[in-house]
Amino acid sequence: MGDFKAQNPDRFFQVGIAEANMIGMAAGMTIGGKIPFTGTFANFSTARVYDQIRQSVAYSNKNVKICASHAGLTLGEDGATHQTLEDIGMMKMLPNMTVINPCDYNQTKAATKAIAEHKGPVYLRFGRPKVPNFTATDQKFEIGKAVVFNEGKDVTIFATGHLVWKAIEAGQVLAEKGIDAEIINIHTIKPLDKNAVLQSVRKTKCVVTAEEHMKNGGLGDSIAQLLTTEFPAPIEMVAVDDTFGESGTPEQLLAKYGIDTKDVIAAVEKVIKRK
Amino acid sequence: MNKFLSMLETLENTSKTMADITKLERIASQVRRDIVRMVHANNSGHPGGSLGCTDFFVALYFEVLKHNSANFSMDGKNEDLFFLSNGHISPVFYSVLAHSGYFDVSELATFRKLNSRLQGHPTTHEGLPGIRVASGSLGQGLSVALGAAQVKKLNGDSQLVYTLHGDGELQEGQVWEAIMYAAGNKVDNIIATVDFNGRQIDGDLDDVLPMGSLKAKWEAFGWDVLETNGNDMKTILNTLSEAKNRTGKGKPVCIIMTTEMGQGVDYMMGTHKWHGSAPNDEQLVNALSQLEETLGDY
Repeated sequence: MGDFKAQNPDRFFQVGIAEANMIGMAAGMTIGGKIPFTGTFANFSTARVYDQIRQSVAYSNKNVKICASHAGLTLGEDGATHQTLEDIGMMKMLPNMTVINPCDYNQTKAATKAIAEHKGPVYLRFGRPKVPNFTATDQKFEIGKAVVFNEGKDVTIFATGHLVWKAIEAGQVLAEKGIDAEIINIHTIKPLDKNAVLQSVRKTKCVVTAEEHMKNGGLGDSIAQLLTTEFPAPIEMVAVDDTFGESGTPEQLLAKYGIDTKDVIAAVEKVIKRK
Repeated sequence: MNKFLSMLETLENTSKTMADITKLERIASQVRRDIVRMVHANNSGHPGGSLGCTDFFVALYFEVLKHNSANFSMDGKNEDLFFLSNGHISPVFYSVLAHSGYFDVSELATFRKLNSRLQGHPTTHEGLPGIRVASGSLGQGLSVALGAAQVKKLNGDSQLVYTLHGDGELQEGQVWEAIMYAAGNKVDNIIATVDFNGRQIDGDLDDVLPMGSLKAKWEAFGWDVLETNGNDMKTILNTLSEAKNRTGKGKPVCIIMTTEMGQGVDYMMGTHKWHGSAPNDEQLVNALSQLEETLGDY
């Protein structure tokens, strides 16, 4: 954002601590043909301005890109007031809204360019902590297209955001245990890549979802909804279970709230037994 | 007011002939008929504020705005833009848009009915020409208008952005975020008008939430503020002209416009009762008897 401001001072608008006005102004800026990107913490990008997004952006179908940092628990020490585990749910419930949750720096960069090309409201969610940067620098980001990281036959792990790396770590441990996991990065929660999900589950017959979000309203919820109607299969969800977060380091919080590598492994072992 | 300004006003007063004023007043009478008929037809809607703001809407759309009603474009480049923030007074908005040529007046008969483009509150969702953003949930319109105004500057577009807000709507905090932003960033291509009728859905403003001096508040936030009588066509035209003169001088411009809720229908005036309720058959006949049919009912 700093670089953008330095290079384009006339197209950078500092609104102060006034999120509602920010969202409204962004909606207005689309009138006249601009593509506004808004930036603040995920909690203040969503919950604080839900009605503004609902009426002025989603219902009005404005070409606004809501870019939300510090999502999930891994914001860490600030605690639950600044963490959000509900944002994906809130955003995906809005008609017209596209919801994207990339997994690392390279993918976030590619997604940022892709959403500028996409016409319509977008919610782009990313986190605060330094996480491994493992996707390709020159990747092409296709909105609504799942990315298969590892083909497997025993179970499908659908992960999004930071949990994609955790799923890859889990996959390595599971391989040592003789479990062949298919790992798929669902960077676009909405629209969900239904074909990719169904194709994989028809092969593996069981599912683990992994995300830094509430179970209610998250990726797992979307996948369960699809499978229930199209291809019922056992599913375990690695997500936060109806509770607020708290202060702590990102690592401590992921461990305490059950969304770490070990939790993905445990969920896989459990769901395979349910096949 | 200094001597120069009062001279200007005199000039303005004489520049509009009585015939022009009469023509606008005749349009306003028809718009008022449309409002009570639309609200009566589906037994819901907001006639009070609509009737109070009719003269303002007619002045704006038939005299002040540079706009292209035959070929509506969402971007409105090189056109003046208007945003209705208090969307519940949609009846007056729809009637004026229709008579301005955005869509056929016969469509007013669909107001608030299933499958209509004329939703209870204005929206872009059904593609109704003339509407650029949804409004209804209060307090959001000024922010949207500011965004559009900033983009006009970026695009080198010298046309203006106009807004209308309810006085009760100013109780929403977002409005003050926008008011603060506009002055702090010298957004001087915007004219925000407040419909100051002193009433809101639950009663008189002063009983629901006393707000003190609106003029002092807007001025304290850095706006150039005019006050006017919103139910006198000549006065409104003069005020809008003066407001336009004050744009481009480093300050956003606000008009505190005193109106009478229910203006033009005697039993709807002097009360908040008709903020959001519809007349019955008998009351409709009474209302229409007070409003001359000048352009033909839809």
